[in-house]
Amino acid sequence: MNPDKPTAAAAAFKELKERAGAQLTQLTHDKTVIMVGTATCGCAAGALEVLQTFKDEVKKRNLGCAVIEVGCMGHCYAEPMVIIRKPNSPGVCYAHVNPVIAERLVNEYILGENPCPEFVLAAFEPNDILPSFQDFPRSRYEQKIILQNCGHIEPTKIEHYIVAGGYIALAKALEASPENIIEEVEKSGLRGRGGAGFSTGQKWRLCRQSPGNTKYVICNADEGDPGAFIDRALLESDPHSVIEGMIIAAYAIGARTGYIYVRAEYPLAVERLEIALKQAKKLNLTGAHILGSDFCFNIHLFKGSGAFVCGEETALIASLEGHAGMPHHRPPYPTTHGLHGKPTIVNNVKTLAYVRHIINNGADWFAGIGTKKSPGTAVFALAGKIVNTGLVEVPMGTTLRQIIYDVGSGIPGGKQFKAVQIGGPSGGCLPESALDLPVDFNSLKEAGAIMGSGGMVVLDEDDCMVEMARYFLEFTQRESCGKCTFCRLGTKQMLEILTEFTFGKGRIEDLDNLERLAEEVKAGSLCALGRTAPNPILTTLRYFRQEYEDHIRLGKCPALMCQHLIAYYILPDKCERSCDACIGSCTVEAISPNKKRIKVIDQTQCVKCGTCLKACPPQYNAIVKLTPPSEVPNDNSKLKNQISKPQIKSKN
Amino acid sequence: MTIPEPEKSLEEQNRIIQEAGQILSGFSRKRESLIPILQQVQSRLGYLPREAMTTIAEYLKVPAIDVYGVVTFYNQFRLNPPGRHSIRVCLGTACHMKGGYITLDAWKRRLKINPRETTPDREFDLDTVACVGCCTMAPVTVVDNKPEAQVEPTKVDGILLAFGHPVDTKDKEKSESR
Repeated sequence: MNPDKPTAAAAAFKELKERAGAQLTQLTHDKTVIMVGTATCGCAAGALEVLQTFKDEVKKRNLGCAVIEVGCMGHCYAEPMVIIRKPNSPGVCYAHVNPVIAERLVNEYILGENPCPEFVLAAFEPNDILPSFQDFPRSRYEQKIILQNCGHIEPTKIEHYIVAGGYIALAKALEASPENIIEEVEKSGLRGRGGAGFSTGQKWRLCRQSPGNTKYVICNADEGDPGAFIDRALLESDPHSVIEGMIIAAYAIGARTGYIYVRAEYPLAVERLEIALKQAKKLNLTGAHILGSDFCFNIHLFKGSGAFVCGEETALIASLEGHAGMPHHRPPYPTTHGLHGKPTIVNNVKTLAYVRHIINNGADWFAGIGTKKSPGTAVFALAGKIVNTGLVEVPMGTTLRQIIYDVGSGIPGGKQFKAVQIGGPSGGCLPESALDLPVDFNSLKEAGAIMGSGGMVVLDEDDCMVEMARYFLEFTQRESCGKCTFCRLGTKQMLEILTEFTFGKGRIEDLDNLERLAEEVKAGSLCALGRTAPNPILTTLRYFRQEYEDHIRLGKCPALMCQHLIAYYILPDKCERSCDACIGSCTVEAISPNKKRIKVIDQTQCVKCGTCLKACPPQYNAIVKLTPPSEVPNDNSKLKNQISKPQIKSKN
Repeated sequence: MTIPEPEKSLEEQNRIIQEAGQILSGFSRKRESLIPILQQVQSRLGYLPREAMTTIAEYLKVPAIDVYGVVTFYNQFRLNPPGRHSIRVCLGTACHMKGGYITLDAWKRRLKINPRETTPDREFDLDTVACVGCCTMAPVTVVDNKPEAQVEPTKVDGILLAFGHPVDTKDKEKSESR
């Protein structure tokens, strides 16, 4: 390398950083800053209305506060969240804010001195008045690396990212040789976070060594696993960290063109990426002669069109080339024959987000976190029956129990834990006995699940494992591209068997057929979709066989979930005469009172939506689910016949 | 996709070809432009009419069946005109476990259509989506591109009422008899 070029990059970056710092200071210095989390999860909870309220109030009263939009902090259970930073006070984070609370916060905290502790989630810095995040039990386990910036910086302002330490790694990388970078990443032990866990450094080296001048970097942001939303949160909250990782990767392998393949179901991520890419180009962080060096690299955004199989790298490449997303046989791997037949690396969003931290802090720092074989942190998207839904980042090797009970605060409503589903349709359901498993790539695989892209759905006693397996099979069967016979037809057969079970039909021998078929589909499929599709069946059969047998032998769904195997019933001795809550709630008018004004469900009309069960006031708690449906007492039908519709109408 | 493409007048067909042509002029004639072209045409026209697909095929010099193959492979492309409001029920894992399938039933019941169909008055179209990544707000329905949190059967009725849609014929009967 030319010895005077590196200093040019460092000098160019220094100037850039100073300018960014000055711009940000001008915007926020000595001002109260109001940060509203407007990632998709926040928006769904009503963050945009809150944002508008703050903007209106600040304008109306001429408060001179800066109101900015930030991403997702990972505490999705508390959305919409707002952070208020007053000069010389600790930053305070408020949970479940609505326009009314927003107005109060303006009146009492921004204009006054009262921080309104009743709405506070926590303060960022320890202080005498409010609890801080450090007091949360989860803070003992959490170690944020790639989620560090999420929710704290404005994703649509590159200056904010640069001031928070962004693009330093790029400037540093441009001073080193590509070989050194690959060596550093390899030494750190970083493994691909897309699910398979292949060594990132090794992938880069293979691609660099492949002959040819044209090479490509692809960022795989086609987060198709239902139940995982880490990539979405990252791209919406901190898009530049992924872009920076991509530029460094391109420099390391010698690519001049990159693509971000992002799911079309994530419109906000697309929007924020577009803005981020424009800004990076404007500051010469992408484009020609990046930071004055002789390295040139351009990034294009490619929107997917909704096909789960495109998360597989060869299918993704086919899709980028304008074809249906069907996987190819590997080898040859994309590192030698990728996009347009040229050497290509396909890296997951999270993997790329780690890169800048490894360059900044060194390989040894990264290798020191987590376990020996799986260094670094694991990021999980907690969802389902868990109190603290949202994102968590913990060192590899943390046990599932710690993640679910200490970080996630356990199961809501005093229910019993049943299983945890890890890795989406390719993963498996692990029971209570597996909870003390330290989480890393290898241990999960042994237990029958996979790391996948980090979706973790917690299931409680009300969730049926047969239905769970059926749900995933329905998904993989629909998303199978149809190339391999075993995957195309095998998943269909397995789905049919499972569907019969959820109807209380099927034979006990079908369990063995199912198991055999699962193994055959695994062996006979080309890509990971087919090879892992049977995992949900195999793990549920392994850990919850009794539940399958109950469905087949007794026509019962012990979890009271399978709609065809349950019935709703109102206990006559508990039903309160004067209460009409269930009648009003029923969406199909299947509930009516009898002569004694005890409410009765017309089983022929009932669609089993469960709305009445939720509507029944807790002091009566009169509605129950019964399985099998024949459990509903016979006199019910007699009652049903007594009250015919016209009678009710005349009452009205 | 069960509702067939509506009959179009010659004018309508020419308009589609013209609009598709306008979009095409911004793209190179390479195969990799196909998916971005289809996305843009769909966002302009709301769906991918036969005339648009054949125009695209001619432009890219690929067989029309190839274009059709790609369109039917990906879930996002649609072959029939959308409704004025789009209803997308999320069926991700978390949504399913919290009753997304019940919500879908409720939409089907109220709109009297199946997923991938449009109501006869072209007011609503119903579809499912694999996961919108709002798993913490389950069950989610995306209404006109805005994700709505915790959509249960009662909220379905609430959303429909907000659009001024009569919620159920049964209700009507009742009020008439009063």
